[in-house]
Amino acid sequence: MNYNWDWGILFREPYLGWLADGLFWTVSLSLCAWIIAFSLGSVLGIMRTSSSRILRFIGTTYVELFRNIPLLVQLFLWYFVFPELLPDDAGRWVKREMPMPALSTAIVAIGLYTASRVCEQVRSGIDAVGTGQRNAAKAIGMTERQVYQHVLLPNAFRIIIPPLTSEFLTIFKNSSLALTIGVVELTAMTRQIEEYTFQGFEAFTAATVIYSVVTFSVMFLMRIVERRVQVPGMISAR
Amino acid sequence: MISISNASKWYGDFQVLNDCTTHVSKGEVVVVCGPSGSGKSTLIKCVNGLESIDKGKIMVDGDVVNDKKTNLNILRSKIGMVFQSFELFPHMSALDNVILGQIKVLKRSEDEARARAHDLMAQVGLSEHAGKYPAQLSGGQQQRVAIARGLAMDPIALLFDEPTSALDPEMINDVLDVMVNLAQDGMTMMVVTHEMGFAQKVAHRVVFMDEGCIVEDAPTDQFFQAQGSERAQQFLSKILTH
Repeated sequence: MNYNWDWGILFREPYLGWLADGLFWTVSLSLCAWIIAFSLGSVLGIMRTSSSRILRFIGTTYVELFRNIPLLVQLFLWYFVFPELLPDDAGRWVKREMPMPALSTAIVAIGLYTASRVCEQVRSGIDAVGTGQRNAAKAIGMTERQVYQHVLLPNAFRIIIPPLTSEFLTIFKNSSLALTIGVVELTAMTRQIEEYTFQGFEAFTAATVIYSVVTFSVMFLMRIVERRVQVPGMISAR
Repeated sequence: MISISNASKWYGDFQVLNDCTTHVSKGEVVVVCGPSGSGKSTLIKCVNGLESIDKGKIMVDGDVVNDKKTNLNILRSKIGMVFQSFELFPHMSALDNVILGQIKVLKRSEDEARARAHDLMAQVGLSEHAGKYPAQLSGGQQQRVAIARGLAMDPIALLFDEPTSALDPEMINDVLDVMVNLAQDGMTMMVVTHEMGFAQKVAHRVVFMDEGCIVEDAPTDQFFQAQGSERAQQFLSKILTH
């Protein structure tokens, strides 16, 4: 193989700046999408386990809809199809006039998709806490809201910290799909470096390392969180 | 206080409760026994509406439990319940388990609830364990905390669903002692249990169930004096031989 290695490229301007920008947008996109996914997913998870048949139906329908369409297709639907279905003014606003249309669309699309997955984690966490706990809480006269707030959720969220961590790592990696609708995040920046310099090996190695460093940091952080909220006397994974 | 009239319940085609009728008067201790699968746990869960009945009527303190208009939360706050598997809230200390309902449901002040919780922990003999979490307590200790949690609501009656079935033999007595004291203090109690010694000691009546039916409902003396149904005698001879 005839290839001129030049690792120095990664530390030269403008390429170093591009990588930094890319990382910034990847992290911003992931965090914003996660806020949507976590809050909406939690609400949906509660709905799916509630005593109301209507709420359960809404939750189930949402999950089946969003979980079963490929994320890439959903991105395209939100970006290319959805604005066309709106009245002219609104459609134009979504396509061009709202702040950072591509990024905003990607945040919403990835957030809504991941919400369906978070919903299932929350639901299984609540189920894992069990009918016994639900009954015990009801038996002292708590309302359904209080049962969730004081008994089911505090225990359910402790149980699902590991799968939620993995869900966040997934959102972080899925954020690279946003490049298909023109968001210049880390993967897009890496490709741009390759196109400008033909140093693809270095560029993609850098991207790999950056993604890994972030995911490992998140895992490390979540371990600490898990240990912090651990209930005394309970055995947990180390 | 508690009256169950012609209660029936089905799980699909399977009938768990078949035309059950019995009552618990104020200050009375009623023991419900019978082989597993006879519907005794289901029956006691229907009393505070954790399970619903399909036919018949259950009344507690003048309110109809199976009436949609009844506020079940208020009704449940007046009846304590103790479960086979304790069901303490694992993320709270023993003391906080006893405090929670007082503050959230009865709207007592933090200080008042805490003082009451300390009294109750002393009553069940666990003052020195108040700060521990459920996972740090033995089964018998957890079940006594669960009783304290029920008592904290100043209930008009207590329901026990096999309170000692999940316990090691040596811890059973600690729990039964607390229950005997309650009974002797005049607490209204409905107890699903196989502890016939407890029944003989404090129960006013014994209800025997089999296959969803109440086969026998007799004063304690009569129940143990071999005058009842053949099925009940058969059951007794099996559990009393060891």
